[in-house]
Amino acid sequence: MSQHFPAFIIVIPLIAAFFIFTAGWLKRTYCFYIAAVALAISLFSSFGLLLQVLQNKVVVYHFGGWSPPWGIAYRVDYLNGIVLVVSAAIAFLNLIATKKSVEKEFIERVGPFYALYVLFVTGTMGIVVTGDAFNLYVLLEIASLTGYALIGMGTEHAALASLNYVFMGTIGASFYLLGIGYLYIATGSLNMFDIASILPNIFQSNVVLFAFVICLTGLFIKMALFPMHTWLPNAYTYSPSPAISLIAPLTTKVMVYVMIRILLSVFTPSFSFKSMAVNTSFVWLAVIAIVVGSILALSQQSLKRMLSYVMIAEIGYMVGGFWLANRAGITGAILHIINDAAMTLCVFLVAGNILYRVPGDSFDNLKGLFRKMPFSMGAFVVGALSIIGVPPTCGFFSKWYLITGGIAAGHYGFVAALLFSSLVNVVLFFRIFEIGYFEPFGDLHISGSMDEEEKTFDDAPLGMLVPLMIVAAGLIVLGIYTDTLVTKVIQFAIPGGIS
Amino acid sequence: MVDLLTIIISKYNYWGYIVLMMIGLYAMIVKKNLVKKIIGMSIFQTAIIFFYVSIGMKKNATIPIISHGHDGGEHAVHAVDFINPLPHVLMLTAIVVSVATLGVALALAIKIYQQYNSLEEDEIDSQIKVK
Repeated sequence: MSQHFPAFIIVIPLIAAFFIFTAGWLKRTYCFYIAAVALAISLFSSFGLLLQVLQNKVVVYHFGGWSPPWGIAYRVDYLNGIVLVVSAAIAFLNLIATKKSVEKEFIERVGPFYALYVLFVTGTMGIVVTGDAFNLYVLLEIASLTGYALIGMGTEHAALASLNYVFMGTIGASFYLLGIGYLYIATGSLNMFDIASILPNIFQSNVVLFAFVICLTGLFIKMALFPMHTWLPNAYTYSPSPAISLIAPLTTKVMVYVMIRILLSVFTPSFSFKSMAVNTSFVWLAVIAIVVGSILALSQQSLKRMLSYVMIAEIGYMVGGFWLANRAGITGAILHIINDAAMTLCVFLVAGNILYRVPGDSFDNLKGLFRKMPFSMGAFVVGALSIIGVPPTCGFFSKWYLITGGIAAGHYGFVAALLFSSLVNVVLFFRIFEIGYFEPFGDLHISGSMDEEEKTFDDAPLGMLVPLMIVAAGLIVLGIYTDTLVTKVIQFAIPGGIS
Repeated sequence: MVDLLTIIISKYNYWGYIVLMMIGLYAMIVKKNLVKKIIGMSIFQTAIIFFYVSIGMKKNATIPIISHGHDGGEHAVHAVDFINPLPHVLMLTAIVVSVATLGVALALAIKIYQQYNSLEEDEIDSQIKVK
């Protein structure tokens, strides 16, 4: 039973998707429960896998009994074990938290929505768990295609934004596929660890160089690193809120994971960091992403759009931290994948709760929200403090590792960009606190003129609040247990050669 | 000049896929009509499929089906005599993916047309700005 966990993680949601779609015709209320059971099994399996990894270091699963490099092997080690648990937990919590809002938003289309939701989780979890480079492409496309469809279900300009995302996403994924093709020409293998064992003999080859460049370009487009970020803000703004609180925490973070996996496990650090000598340029690219993302976030007038630009800056944190190429930087990058996924889930869930009660998410609509929705906004404060990086929330610790890595690598531009971005985040989020807490101005002088409606307590339903509170508490718990996380898991995820 | 010609002619499959890919990329970037962009995307994906199919090809080799000898005996298998089937099989999956992408893109295009009554990007942009 437990040896089949890697298969359960993706096979159970995959099968569930078909049942959900059928249940959508028969009885719509079943859809949610099938999805919940499937994702719970997925979460349980990934947790079980992490425990196995803690004991045996590596869990390898041969699909259909075919041993690699001929068959597809799923391989879980310290790096993807922890990312798996976090992704599964996010998918499950978000499913529970958005039940009411899905019922409200997709009255007739609950079946297709949950089917796409579960398929998206299948793709994302598959990307993380697989040890086969081509299999990764297929699962990446499963996740992307369902993501396009989920975003396209939104209102306003959702369809147009989603189509732009289709174009950019397809170029990114195709570049990745092309890179894998060149790796296949050079090595004759598609299994990541088999490729890694053949590559060192042909590091000088131009084919390998081209594969490296084109793979990385594709992944940069997919993770929305600054010059390739244009698809992200519109897609995330117009997407339906139950979908975006799933897509935003997972898509870009999982792509950063893929970058780390490809560069550390396939190309190996000695090629990626030493013989390529591109580290500094990529860190500068990340610095530009952080600075520009933060500045663009300042000029936005609605909550979800602002958060999208904050996320573009956060991608810069992770990419930059990884390319610092020292132990502290990479630890920070991996830790930030986990923390940023949790923080993003928290703030986007709050945005979903706000949109459940308030007609829009522009800053004018946020006035007086602390009185109306104290619990949601309380969770928002925790999420915001975490993004700013205030201890004891988890955002502080990953930023700490990143800054330590920046100083150790002597890259002060990166350190300055991190501090600048933190300061901008303070401005961004305290502006929202101010609007939510103190506005509307002047109403206190003319007593009685304030709308009764705005004063009264009207928070989101309990079913949405409880998971949100769990996520918000999770941010603090993650922060407190950072040390355990780093010493028990993350430090083993980094290959020994990196000091 | 002769060197360049040899490079072009001897590696014609790569040049073919690069040209196709650039046509697709050009259409996606320059064309204002959304359906033309979608066609460009399809060309782009097909170029990569051609690339994979061409790298499995081998001169003087046949399709990888092992023919059995008389009385159930088997011939010795020489890998040289067979083309590499793996890239072709991979591309079956990639074709499915690109069909699915095309389907999603066209469905979105229909939704866009219903919403804005146009598929021209600049007309849609001007409608968005007016609102």
